[in-house]
Amino acid sequence: MVNFMITLLHITRRLGLLSLLGFLVTYSSWSFSLPNPSNTLSISAAFEFTSLDPSKNGYIYTRMQVVESLFNVDGKGSITQGLANNWQVSSDGKVWTINLREDVLFHDGSVMDSATVLKSLSIAQQKHGALKKSPVEAIKAIDTHTIEITLSRAYNLLPAVLAHYSSAILSSESYDDNGEVLTLSGTGPYQVYTYLPPHKLVVEKFDGYWGKQGSIPYVSYLTGHRAESRVLQARSGQADIVFGLDPASLPSLKRLPNLTVYSNAIPRTIVLKLNSGHPFLKDVKARQALSLAINRAGISNAILRTPGSETDQLMPPSMGDWYLSDVEKTTYQLVKAKEILASLGWEMNRNGVLEKDGEPFEMTLITYADRPELTTVATAIQAQWAELGVSLKVDVTNSSAIPMGHKNGTLEMALIARNYGFIANPLGVVLADFGENGGGDWGAMNWYSQDISADLKRLEQINDTAQYHQLTQKNARVIFDEKPMIPVSYYIQQTAVNKRVKGFYFDPYERSFYLNNMEFIKQ
Amino acid sequence: MKTLIFKRLVQLVGVIWGVGTLTFVLMRSLPGDMAYRIAASRYGQDNVDSQAAALVREELQLDQGALSAYKDWLLDLLQFRLGDSLVSGEPVIETVQHMLGHSLLLSFAGLALSIAIAVPIGLLSASKGKMVDSALMGFSSLIRAMPVFVIGVLLLLLFALHWNWFPVAGFGTPAHLVLPALTLGLSLAAVSNRVVRDSAKRVFGSSFYLFSRVKGLSKWTTFKRHGIRNIAVPVVAFLGIQLVSMIEGIVMIESLFSWPGIGHGLAHAIFARDIPVIQGAALVMGILFVFLNTLVDLLCHWIDPRGVAES
Repeated sequence: MVNFMITLLHITRRLGLLSLLGFLVTYSSWSFSLPNPSNTLSISAAFEFTSLDPSKNGYIYTRMQVVESLFNVDGKGSITQGLANNWQVSSDGKVWTINLREDVLFHDGSVMDSATVLKSLSIAQQKHGALKKSPVEAIKAIDTHTIEITLSRAYNLLPAVLAHYSSAILSSESYDDNGEVLTLSGTGPYQVYTYLPPHKLVVEKFDGYWGKQGSIPYVSYLTGHRAESRVLQARSGQADIVFGLDPASLPSLKRLPNLTVYSNAIPRTIVLKLNSGHPFLKDVKARQALSLAINRAGISNAILRTPGSETDQLMPPSMGDWYLSDVEKTTYQLVKAKEILASLGWEMNRNGVLEKDGEPFEMTLITYADRPELTTVATAIQAQWAELGVSLKVDVTNSSAIPMGHKNGTLEMALIARNYGFIANPLGVVLADFGENGGGDWGAMNWYSQDISADLKRLEQINDTAQYHQLTQKNARVIFDEKPMIPVSYYIQQTAVNKRVKGFYFDPYERSFYLNNMEFIKQ
Repeated sequence: MKTLIFKRLVQLVGVIWGVGTLTFVLMRSLPGDMAYRIAASRYGQDNVDSQAAALVREELQLDQGALSAYKDWLLDLLQFRLGDSLVSGEPVIETVQHMLGHSLLLSFAGLALSIAIAVPIGLLSASKGKMVDSALMGFSSLIRAMPVFVIGVLLLLLFALHWNWFPVAGFGTPAHLVLPALTLGLSLAAVSNRVVRDSAKRVFGSSFYLFSRVKGLSKWTTFKRHGIRNIAVPVVAFLGIQLVSMIEGIVMIESLFSWPGIGHGLAHAIFARDIPVIQGAALVMGILFVFLNTLVDLLCHWIDPRGVAES
């Protein structure tokens, strides 16, 4: 028996070694067939992807230029042509006629026509995304390259919604009978070559692209979870483009001769979401006092290391309609903040915490770990408000705790990074944040203004730019004064680009990497 | 031997049921709403809201009672079905296969390197004087005291940045395997070399070892005939224990080197409350542990058959 077991073990050991060896050989031969560094642009960023479905992870596939949408957005947020050639709107603003490009091929070789566009948009309408929330009544094909979208009310956000990644156009064969995405056959200048979720995506140049052809044969995307390893990838030259650099690493990266570091403002803001229905925050003066007690410049300089990014407005100057150019930046005024709270009846107790009617000014702030800077900014605010006499408990959790806390009413305050460019027209996000009863999941909470709600609905229908600007400014002013949300800082996106790459452009709306405009410099 | 294998088979069934049930109970007891968690992982932080959570709740029938969900899982398991991921919609078995393949590759490579490092160092410590032993002990303690993440970063700085020999992160070529495997190997060897050292010291000091030298066998022949087997038993048993604890170190290594392994995948599945993936991954790991432990036991029996004869 023992001898038999020994023989068996011998065989198992040999087989084990052989299979391990076989695995290594297969692994190596498989890897050698992959594109090599000389013909592959290598990108590293923090976003993971788990699905081919544009409604879930479309942001990766539009950035990698695998899929495209009917409309595009330029760097200033203006809508431009995409797969739509031109479009007309009826006088009541309810019927949009969109003419499609006629020379567009999908990666599977099929031709894009109104039937395929109709199918993609109908499926997008059924899934979570911007189109589902739009007042679309019907979408129909007029001829082979014209579609018509009928709305229940005038809605000037439609092109921005159709430019969103969740409204990307895929070939009919990409979907199964239930509308689930089986393969990703888009119309972009690059097609999927290797798909290994959640870390690796390699795309290959698509020769049948209707627009400007890319010159780089392959582009690989690697999810780099840790900022430290992304920085090292940039330094070592393993990655050509690295997004989301750690601020502390910038000075040393800037000194490297093989790298160029780009700092670009994006329409994303770190902002405090307040429960304005909370007894301590109900009075607008209390919210104003809390805003005055934040040392924004300190946070921008010392934590985010992007001096000048501090702000007390939700949107950056680039979003001119919503930016108030005539107000002065709120500065750190601790004494004034203390006076305001004192005028509201708050008195310092012997523990150094403000107290009113026997209740200490204690609150819980939730934030999430997806963006590491939020935790450090939250603790900085905790320390700054402690000087004011406000005791803040910081609870680091999952991003979903914010909409959940809003919905069930338990949220007191939250520190979030709100992307106002999520829909190319910021009105989309403002409507979601301030337009409905008592605010929105990521916006105001228990703060409601009948006027603002009505104005925002009106803005959906206004096409006159001067009138539009006037109304947005009016509402931006009310939000600024009433402070249902307290902005802290804008985001500056830091990107390292290897000098062998020419033609890099950072898209502030983060829709595309513009891979087809890039080329390798011959060395 | 038959008894051992039978025992292990019974243990395997127990592990499958126990691990699956425990992960189910633990995941259901965690605070927070599953629908929101899943929606956040599916749609991303910018796109998670109450509507997305409602959609997820309806699609996955999350309102059904815990008992009914558990019953469904158990019935599926009896038919060898692990279900689909709640986040990606992909079959769990494919997701786990992809992750486990990479984890096993990294684990075996790490373990092989750890043996290659630990055995010579352990033997050197045991056979040389106190100075060498103390120095190696100090060095081992230093490596062991360092979080595996720090060892990884140090290796990256040296081999990827300074000498540019290996890539910083990623997978797909043998070169990508070197640094994560070395990080893992070093952290494992920091402990296992001490076990080799203790075991070797015990054998070198034993009377049977001394007797074989006295009767005239050379140093090498004595080591080959009486040393290797006697030293190996506790070392192999310890390596088996290390295999189990490897997952702890592997999560950080996988994150640092962007390695798509099961430790990292499991951590993300827990954040996302992706229960089928958590159960699937935990199950497969449970089975793997039972299998590896059986293998280690068999190996120990082969090295030292006296236990078998006694049993």
